[in-house]
Order: sequence, then structure tokens, then C-alpha cells
Amino acid sequence: LRRTWKLNDADLDALTIGAAILGTGGGGNPYLGKLRARALLRQGYAVRILPFDALEDDDVVVSVGGIGAPVVGIEKIEKGDECYRAMRALEAYTRCRATALIPAEVGGSNSIEPLIAAAYANLPVVDADGMGRAFPEVQMCTYFIYGARPYPAALADEKGNTVILGKVQDMYWLEKLARTVAVDMGAAAGFTLPPMRGEEVRRTAVPHTLTQALGLGRAVLEARARRKNPIERVLEVAKGVLLFAGKVVNVQRRIEKGFARGQVRIEGVEGFKGSSLVLEIQNENLIARRDGEVVATVPDLITVLDLETAEPITTETVRYGFRVAVLGLPAHPRLKTPRALEVVGPRAFGYDLDYRPLEGRV
Amino acid sequence: MIRVGIDVGGTNTDAVIMERAQVVHWVKTPTTVDVMGGVLKALELVLGESGLSPERIGAVMIGTTHFTNAIVQRRDLAPTAAIRLGLPATQALPPMVDWPEDLRRALGEHIYLAHGGFEFDGRPISPLDPLELRKIAEDIKAKGVRNVAISAVFSPINPKIEVEAARIVREVIPDAQITLSSEIGRIGLLERENAAILNASLQDLGYKIVRAFSQALRDAGISAPFYLTQNDGTLMSADFAEKFPVLTIASGPTNSMRGAAFLSGIKEAIVVDVGGTTTDVGALQHGFPREASIAVEVGGVRTNFRMPDVFSLGLGGGSIVQRDPLKIGPESVGFRLTEEAWVFGGGTLTATDIAVAAGMAEVGDAQRVQGLDPTFVEAAVERMQQMIADAVDRMLLSPEPIPVIVVGGGSILVRDKVGNLPTIKPDHYPVANAVGAAIAQISGEVDRVYALANIPREKALEEARREAKQRAVEAGADPSTVEIVEVEDVPLAYLPGNATRIRVKAVGDLRLA
Repeated sequence: LRRTWKLNDADLDALTIGAAILGTGGGGNPYLGKLRARALLRQGYAVRILPFDALEDDDVVVSVGGIGAPVVGIEKIEKGDECYRAMRALEAYTRCRATALIPAEVGGSNSIEPLIAAAYANLPVVDADGMGRAFPEVQMCTYFIYGARPYPAALADEKGNTVILGKVQDMYWLEKLARTVAVDMGAAAGFTLPPMRGEEVRRTAVPHTLTQALGLGRAVLEARARRKNPIERVLEVAKGVLLFAGKVVNVQRRIEKGFARGQVRIEGVEGFKGSSLVLEIQNENLIARRDGEVVATVPDLITVLDLETAEPITTETVRYGFRVAVLGLPAHPRLKTPRALEVVGPRAFGYDLDYRPLEGRV
Repeated sequence: MIRVGIDVGGTNTDAVIMERAQVVHWVKTPTTVDVMGGVLKALELVLGESGLSPERIGAVMIGTTHFTNAIVQRRDLAPTAAIRLGLPATQALPPMVDWPEDLRRALGEHIYLAHGGFEFDGRPISPLDPLELRKIAEDIKAKGVRNVAISAVFSPINPKIEVEAARIVREVIPDAQITLSSEIGRIGLLERENAAILNASLQDLGYKIVRAFSQALRDAGISAPFYLTQNDGTLMSADFAEKFPVLTIASGPTNSMRGAAFLSGIKEAIVVDVGGTTTDVGALQHGFPREASIAVEVGGVRTNFRMPDVFSLGLGGGSIVQRDPLKIGPESVGFRLTEEAWVFGGGTLTATDIAVAAGMAEVGDAQRVQGLDPTFVEAAVERMQQMIADAVDRMLLSPEPIPVIVVGGGSILVRDKVGNLPTIKPDHYPVANAVGAAIAQISGEVDRVYALANIPREKALEEARREAKQRAVEAGADPSTVEIVEVEDVPLAYLPGNATRIRVKAVGDLRLA
């Protein structure tokens, strides 16, 4: 038998919090996913995790996740097997069987989707993903950045429709066409990326991110239970930096090319009294400027937590008056190579800034 | 015009008479087991002592914990069916999936999924199936259930399908009491549906309570209309409250904070409301309670009500004090304070007895606590100050000194300073929550997704504004005073047609007949 371990009920609570922290303000709310995974566990399904180093070269690994809009996710709740049916449709098209699943995006709700599909398919989920955080578009997956073929892919909705994208020109076309199909499906669909070989996953994925999310979530839960400061624990576990602590005094949002863009202004409290921090948001928190000076940029993780409980706060829910801590967590090296920065660096998001690693700024 | 504010708490029932912005008279009486007896007593006392003729009263505003208690204690809840329109979507998480087991059982687990519901852009997910709904309604009828909550995917965009489903259910169950999720609230299916189900289960109690209040007012000779306060600090008419009792939840802390702001004239402060069993600590910003930033649970059920950010601790005038080792609360003698506390001749040592022994208050018979060891009394007083100071510290936004307004019947437990912050006890502090109820206004709200490709943003905002105002007027506001107090428009990522979620809240003064 494969060297896997089982996720239990309590792990789901921790994973949800950790995934939201890695969501850096986007990625959708994992709460509903947690409820679904919990329901499956109670029905006797097993969710097994395959350690990254237990991947074999000839494993067939399929990445699944939801594609759509977060607000649709909280209103049109899934039928439940969308990702699973997209995966089966792709298997039928490619005539190959998956041996393991993997998340495309560990940040937010897409950390849980593969667990649910894997429970239905009785397959393990690899402890890794394609972003190490949340990003708005599929071409930002390290799989494609490091050369995985962007086709064929499949989508499925709750009504019984499945769509195969048999051939796309590149990862940007994959995003564009999949997005169009998903919108027609009601802006919520299960999405399966092209099958990868185990060897390919080892070369392209961001490793150990499910266990990282679990570790972060456990740290928060333990700190809360022991009435310790959960934010300090998050910083310790993620080797992060406290960029700011303060109160949200202004939130501006607008839509540009389908993205929720905007700025959040925070006035300092405690040690940051007299300072202010401005976050540039585009679904996720992308740039942090403290008193005009850039202190963190994408792809490093900028995450906003409730100052007391460390509950992650998303870019859609942040409001005037929230008391927050802004944390900078270093991105995985695979997101920081020149090749990756072309796709996920500040310029890829339209900011005229060079990427400077968080570690070097402090 | 003269208003009467009433606050029904777990320990005390307070009544206050206000003429414009002036407090004319107030009383505080113990809450009774039958509750309405206490309300009538408070009304009779406040009218009798002030000599005010009941005919001069223009309106009565009531804040009550009846409905919160019913949910928290799983009492007086009617068996309730939940019908959700959304198939084939939403099967993964049926209604009440995240409810505590005991509460779900209290309502009977009558859960149904049916076809219907909308996509984000208004397309139907699947057509409504009248036959399917009829069957469901017959099943509900056969179980003898008549309280029904109906929810549909994206019904805040288009409530028609819920209305149509209600019509079909009523054909089968003519006396059905139906709550539609689109009447309660916001985007977020589970949370909106939860609120609708809770509301449907409270309908019978709502009817009973509204009748009882009406009777109590009549018995006191008052013929003025009455209103219940909701969690955002605004009012709803008795008719409206009977239909939407769930909206009264958590109105208590909001009332006391609004009352504290009004009585003190201070708009930025920490408010400490010491009751008989608990102390609620909240923060005032611009004279309104700061709202909680995370999803609020009511009796273990997630809702998307906007609730005040309140920290509650188990310390109040009725808190039971144990010696050796020293322990204060969270157990409380509650409304039996005037029988069980030492100073009232009882045998249970309470926080009030400590305050009397320390010379901080003069209630009951001080002789009865003279024998207490002064060192012990001092230690107990210190412990109470520390408990409150810790709670205040949690709510502080900055190290800058900010006033602490202390209100509520248990305020005698608090000294002149909390930590190093000065405390203010405004005039009439023991009845701040009844004052908060008396000064409350009326609101209306809209929360909807608009496709701004089809309708210009300004037009969409205008439509939402108009509808929010209209809802406020329908709820009982004077049209000439209604104004928009909150506008939030959040563009939604990844959706075509510039989908934007617009939320507008309008508030106005109470319309008087």
C-alpha cells in the first residue's frame, strides 16, 4: 500500500484556517468546503494525503479545483461531484487513470475541492499544489510556468454538462476558454487540469503546502485554546514578518477586466502608531506600502488577520473599523525565479515595481 | 411626543419615559417568571410614580431577549420545515447541515430540496416544479407541521420564485406560517436560510409575545402603537415583529450602547453594561456600536446578521461569589437577586453583597454583610475590577485614553477607574438600554447583485436607495425623515457584465399616527 496518511475531522478545522491564511485575501471561503469534506468523512469516506517524497515517476497526477466566482460559491452551493465528474471526463478522454490528485491552489476553498474529489475516487491527494497561495488565474500555476502541457482539460457543472478543452495554444488560452465556459455554467464549475507524471509534479509543484496549511491552522487553534497570541504563532510557523497592526480606515474597490481591484488603508496601532499602510488588492492582497514605502509585493504572501483571533480576512469582506494584523510570509523559491516572476511578479499584475524578496527588506 | 422604552432582561425589566430628548422618569423591576407580569408591573410603576396619563404616550419601544433565549435554550420553538429551491445544485450541503444536533432535533429535521433557484445573472438553474412542491407540502402537512421556511439560490436577486413556492405550499397547507429567505436577508445561502428557518420556528412564539405585550400595554391603559428593537438598533412595528421575530436577536447590547451614547453625549468610547448575570463590553464609534468582523452565531447557528462586536463575561450584580478559593460567577442568581442575596435576607453570597460590604453601594440591608472579612471583600472587589479591566482592554483600539461609559443595573460593581481609564456613569445609567430602545429609529435595507452592464451604476444605486427607503417607510418610518445611512457597493470578481453587490440601508424617525 502507498505511504499515505488520513485526514481526520479536527484536521479539517486547522486546514481551513491555514488555507485561508495562505489565500492572502482571495481564493474563496473554505468554510463550505470544510462542511462538505466533514460530511463525507462522517459517511465513511477517507481522505488520504500522499507525502510529496512518496510520489513515483510514473504516477498519473491530476489537479482539480473549482473555477468561478467566490460570491457564487456561497450562494449556489455545489451539487458535490462537479470536480469528480470533470476528472472522470478527462480520464475518459485521455484514456488514462489518475493515481493521485493534487490541488491547483492551496489558498482558500480550492485546498478542499481535491480532497472531496479524491474521497469519491478513493485516491490520495499529493501534499503540494501549483501556487503555494492563491492567485486569480490558472496560468499562474507553477505546473505551467515550468512547462507542463496546458491541455487537455475538462469542466463539469451541476446540471450534468461536461466540456473538454482538447487543445489550447498556451496556458493563457486555457484560462480564457475555461473562464468563459465556467461563466456559462453559472460561474461555478469543477475544473480538471491536464494529467501530469509524478516526475513532472516533483519538478514543478510547490511542495508540502497542505501540511503547511495544516500547521498554520493548528498553530492558530492551539494559541486560541491556550490564550496565547495566535498572530505570533503564525509568524513563527510561517517564518513571516509582522508588516503592520492597525485599524482599517478606508476601503476602495472597483472592477477592472473582471478583477476586483482596490486599496485598503490601515492606520497603525500599538507599535505602528502614527504610521499607515496601504494594501493594493486585486482579488488577493498584492502590494503593501507602509508610509509610502513598499514593504512587500506579490508573489510573497501578504495576509490580513483579525488582530485578536487571527481569523483570516478576505479582500471581499474587509471593512472600515476592522482591527487587523498584516503579515508578510515568504513565497516558496519556485515562485521567485525569473521565469516565475514573469507570470506572478508585480509587473504581471500591472505594477511598475521590481520584485524584492521579503527576507531582504527586513 | 412622549415615548416609553422598555427593556426586558434576564434579571430586570426596566421602563423609561422620555419626552423628546429628556428622561422624565424610570423604574427597574425584577423580571418575572411569566415575563409579562414584570412588564406590566414596570409600566404601572413608571406611570404611577411619574403621574403621567397613559393617553399622552405616543409610542412604546420594547427590547426583549425572549427570542434569543428561546433559541439558546431550545424552548418554545415550533416544528419547522425547510424547503430549498436549487436542485440540482446545492445538494452537497442540505439545509441545517451546520446546526447543532439538539437544535436541529428541536425543529424536527423536516428538510426538503426542490428544483428552482437562479444563477447569478438571473437565469433559472432549473424551472420550479409545482408537482414536486405540492408533494413536499403534502408530506409536511401529513407530519402536522405548519411552520415553513423557503429559500432559493440567489433569491435576493429575484424573490419571485420563493413567493411562487409559498403560494403552492399555502394551497396545500392554508394555515402555513411561511418565512421567505429573501425577506430576511443577504447574499450567502446557508446563512440567509438559517435565519429564515430560525424565524419560521419562532413564529408561534412571536405571535404569543406580541399579543402578550399588546395585552400588557392595554392593561396599563396605553393605546399607543408599540415597536420591538432589532439587532442594528432600529425598530420594527408590532405587526412586522410578529412576522420577523428573529430580527430582535442581540438587540440588547445595541440598545445599551446607543443609550449610553445618548445619555453621555459621547460618541467614541468603550461601553461597559453590567447586568444581573453578565457584563457586555462594546465599543462606540460615531455613536454607533462597532460591528463584529466575523460571522455571528446564534445558539450555535451561523447567520449573516450585522451584530455589535461585544465581549460578554459572566459577571453581574447577581453573580454568585465563592470563598476559598475566591470565584465570582459565571453562575448567577439572576432575577432571584432580591430574594437570594445576603443583603435581601437570602443565603447566597453575590457580587452585590460584596459591593455593599465595600461601601460602593447602598442597597438592601448593609447590616447583613458587616460580618464579612474586609480583606476578603477587598480581594473580591479587586477581582471584579480586574475582570472588567481585562474585558475593556480587549475592546480597545489604541493605547490612547478613551472614556469608559458604565451603564446597567450592576454598575455598582465598578469603581471610578477601569485600569487607568476614567469611567463615566451618565445620569439614568441603570436604564441605558431602555433609553436606547426609546430613542431608536426605523430602518430599511437592500442587498442585491446588479449587472452593471445592463443598468448604469448610478441607476442601480438609485433603485437600491429608493427601495431601501421604501422598506423603511413600510416598516414604519416617517417618509420625510428617511435618509440613507450606509451604501456599500462591492464589485464581484470573475463575473461578466460588471456584477456588483449593492447594499443600502436607510433610516428614519418613527412615524406617528
